[in-house]
Amino acid sequence: MRKYGYLLSYTIICTLAVAASKLGVLNAYVQLVIMYVGINIILSASLNIVNGYMGEFSVGHAGFMAVGAYVASILNVMLFTTSSVFGPPLLSPSSAIFLFPVTLAAGGAAAALAGLLVAVPSFRTRGDYLAIITLAVNYIVKSSVENIQPIGGARGFMGMRNVIDAMQAVVNLPWTMIWVFICVGVTVWIIHRLVNSTYGKGIIALRDDEIAAEIMSINTQHMKITAFMLSSGLAGIAGGLFAHVLGYINPGTFTIMKSTEVLVMVYLGGMGSLSGSVISAIVITLALEAFRPLGIIKWVVVPLLLILLMFFRPEGIMGHRELPDIFPKLLKIRQKD
Amino acid sequence: MALLELDNVTHFFGGLRAVCNFSLTLQGGELMGLIGPNGAGKTTIFNLVSGFYRPSEGRISFLDLDITGLRPHQVTSRGIARTFQNIRLWNSLSVFENLCVSQHHQLGYGFLHSVLRTEKFVTGERRVKKRAEELIDLLGLGHYALEFPKNLPYGLQRRVEIGRALSLRPRLLLLDEPAAGMNPGDIGQLIETIRWIRDEFKLTILLIEHHMRVVMSVCGNMKVLDFGQTIAEGTPDEIRRDPRVIEAYLGGEEPGHARGI
Repeated sequence: MRKYGYLLSYTIICTLAVAASKLGVLNAYVQLVIMYVGINIILSASLNIVNGYMGEFSVGHAGFMAVGAYVASILNVMLFTTSSVFGPPLLSPSSAIFLFPVTLAAGGAAAALAGLLVAVPSFRTRGDYLAIITLAVNYIVKSSVENIQPIGGARGFMGMRNVIDAMQAVVNLPWTMIWVFICVGVTVWIIHRLVNSTYGKGIIALRDDEIAAEIMSINTQHMKITAFMLSSGLAGIAGGLFAHVLGYINPGTFTIMKSTEVLVMVYLGGMGSLSGSVISAIVITLALEAFRPLGIIKWVVVPLLLILLMFFRPEGIMGHRELPDIFPKLLKIRQKD
Repeated sequence: MALLELDNVTHFFGGLRAVCNFSLTLQGGELMGLIGPNGAGKTTIFNLVSGFYRPSEGRISFLDLDITGLRPHQVTSRGIARTFQNIRLWNSLSVFENLCVSQHHQLGYGFLHSVLRTEKFVTGERRVKKRAEELIDLLGLGHYALEFPKNLPYGLQRRVEIGRALSLRPRLLLLDEPAAGMNPGDIGQLIETIRWIRDEFKLTILLIEHHMRVVMSVCGNMKVLDFGQTIAEGTPDEIRRDPRVIEAYLGGEEPGHARGI
């Protein structure tokens, strides 16, 4: 029983939040912020695989997010709703409740394939040069979407609200929030297990010394593909969720600005620290919301706070450490295996 | 059957001929030394064998199988391990993790297994950890297992690096200047370690070393390189007396004045 302590406490918190939303204790704004926090956790934790654990510098995370957002949205709108673009639904709208995770995963898979655009060049180049490639991929995705007129081009794509409505017509629960919680849990679980296995530590070895890694029998190309595809795939899932939380997406959302926002979360949390990514995603999202009354000055205050934090704590909130390194008692919740 | 065979290997860096018609046959159990002045091409030969460079001409075979042009991790999984002239340990992994991660090709599980923690994962992980623990005991690194390599003294880092190479269960070990930067006390210990490793793990060793005391005392056979070409080979005693070697490598002086003796 103790072995599942984390899982249990996470489930309880999520159930409480869902129940509170359902009963109207949390208003729509608070619900939205909670879901943004979740999406940002997925984004920063997944970017941490590449930027933190593998030590590359990817600045195109929003590009993969866009791929996932568009693929999942288009599939859902096409399959479950009546829309001006795709006409009547191909499947019964009520089946959305079962098939939503499938389309979400399809978005993730498409984003993972887009991740190959970065993974393959990474065999031959690294550092600043690879960063430029990731930037290029971000622009390729954004410009492609802008120029595909059937899905709205630069005007954006909508209709995802109807999908959620179709799900809520079957069982009236805040489905987007539930799926955000599930995806956050799965993301953290996958990354935690990966980086704590000897297999996954190969990615860290790659960061420390790629030549030694290759010589010590690690198939570096294979590890790079795994890391990039996992990272971009999870970003795609975050994108899919984002699209359904907002109900509307346009290519302008997925620019380098969005990528930078995620980068800031990773570096603020600490590179190569999963709990750091989670904490900083929460902190930054909440801070941005808390400073909302400041209006445009928010964009001066928050970056200023970042500069101060980097000045006094350049390694980020957590550095390389994880929560149990700081609070050993946390280990007791989860029995050591 | 020869363990390692290099057949007329030539390698160019642009217009520079780093290695020229180099041939070498290494029998199982041998401990061969490779010496030569700076820039003679010794490390290039290691890089050719371990797959970093593809030779411009010639053929490299290991256990009678052609390994020319294989990628480094493929060469390594066939049983050739090496250490580096400048220590290249993974500094954000502990000594124990260093010895585990190096067995990557023997894990026997992949991404999905590591996430789902299947039976395959458990057995693979157990096997790798057991091997790492054995090596830590054998090399006397017990106190430092959880330390990060960068916090260890130089001599110990060397030993960890050798241990990391051994964790691969190699047939052939390539040691690139293991005595570089060591003090005389450490060097005595290193000589003991090299001999002990060869007997304990039944290894064949190819050793690059500038330090005459080390090569002369551990190697059965030696090869001397200058400008990418073999200029002499034989037992340490023959090499010591060879006039070409004295001229090229020891600068015309008596060997007794060379560094370390």
